Amino acid sequence: MASLLEPALPDTPLTSPARIERFTLTERALHWMHASAFFALLATGMILYLPALSTIVSRRHLVKNVHLWVAVAWAIALVVILIVGNRKRLAEDWREIETIDRDDRRWLRGRKAPQGRFNAGQKINALLTIAFAMLFALSGFFLWLGERDHRFIFAGTGTVHDALTFASIGLLVGHLYLALIHPSTRHALRGMTAGDVDEAWARKHHAKWVEAERDRLASRHEHTSH
Amino acid sequence: MDDRTIGRAGFLGVLGLGAAGLFLAKDATGLLDRAVPQSVANIVPSAGWRIYTIGSSMPTFDPATYRLEVTGLVGSPASYTLADLKAMPRADQVSDFHCVTGWSVSDVRWAGVRLADVLERAGAKSNVAALNFVSAETPYEDSLTLEQALLPDVMLAYEMDGGPISRPHGAPVRLVMPQMYGYKSVKWVNRIELGTVAQPGYWEQNGYDADAWLGKSNGLSS
Repeated sequence: MASLLEPALPDTPLTSPARIERFTLTERALHWMHASAFFALLATGMILYLPALSTIVSRRHLVKNVHLWVAVAWAIALVVILIVGNRKRLAEDWREIETIDRDDRRWLRGRKAPQGRFNAGQKINALLTIAFAMLFALSGFFLWLGERDHRFIFAGTGTVHDALTFASIGLLVGHLYLALIHPSTRHALRGMTAGDVDEAWARKHHAKWVEAERDRLASRHEHTSH
Repeated sequence: MDDRTIGRAGFLGVLGLGAAGLFLAKDATGLLDRAVPQSVANIVPSAGWRIYTIGSSMPTFDPATYRLEVTGLVGSPASYTLADLKAMPRADQVSDFHCVTGWSVSDVRWAGVRLADVLERAGAKSNVAALNFVSAETPYEDSLTLEQALLPDVMLAYEMDGGPISRPHGAPVRLVMPQMYGYKSVKWVNRIELGTVAQPGYWEQNGYDADAWLGKSNGLSS
């Protein structure tokens, strides 16, 4: 919290003074599409899964259909975003996310280390979220298919789907806490709504990113001025 | 291992574990079944029973007013209290329960009456060829052919695992048809309609097989 109130570091100012773009429209669309689908699937899934809820709501056939169609809508929206969205940017995101460098490993051990646009915790959260989404889709597909063709009933399909639910709820709680409540990270929320974050905050928490961004802008400036 | 492969390896590792879990989690499920206390499993199912209801509310059983009616092709419509059913010859069995959605429960202990005894007591006519079991959970119902209903491990159960059948499991009386997927084992049975043709049940009307034999039904080709 205090860091925000501190004056900006006496350093060369960036071309854009106060704010810096963190997420493009494509990234934000992907995030909010996934978030809405996740909440709808979680709500209907809980009704299907928890006896206390399922006996209150009942109407299993309807709830099951809603759950299935939301999953289909999620898959279609994902494909649409991958087709019409900024794929180059998404590929960059993936490259950054799967790179766990020395600084990240130090950061994960609780030491101070400069971080890129994603800190090591955000990278792990993103890697798990993507892996869980793929496994949800895979196990969900076999839950669906197994009911229609007994040859595709596997012993662990339901267990995997359930275990993913528990693990995802764990991730979600941590994510919501850090995005909405935790004093030093909640400023990042604007990055996922409007797209930009406070530059002074970014410089403190994502130093390597701000530096790289500055170099990028400087070199672009050089190129255009010659 | 360079910086980039660490994240990718972790990612692929999680994916691989999850995919392997589809086939390997059976032992984990069995372990959970033993490790998780029943009181917890009733709230958060880990292994074993799941409770599926389709109506707008779960039926409540009142011992004072409960009657099992037997209608259709009978001399005269019959009506039995739970005590009447318990006065009929008692049958005990241990059988596995398999749900079409993929979960199973092994070695469930059931006690109840065989349908042959119910049919005889009710005075079923000789042309009866199908039984339609109607649940108190409207509009749930399902049918068996006479031949299926008379299989030696089919029963109308009033006890499960040593006690009266609980409300979520179909109190006071449910059908038990272990050789078919669980949707055939109608819960909260309050009427048996005797007829000549098996009626399509609730899930049959939603595309599931009427002859729901374990491992032989609900094939895409059929």
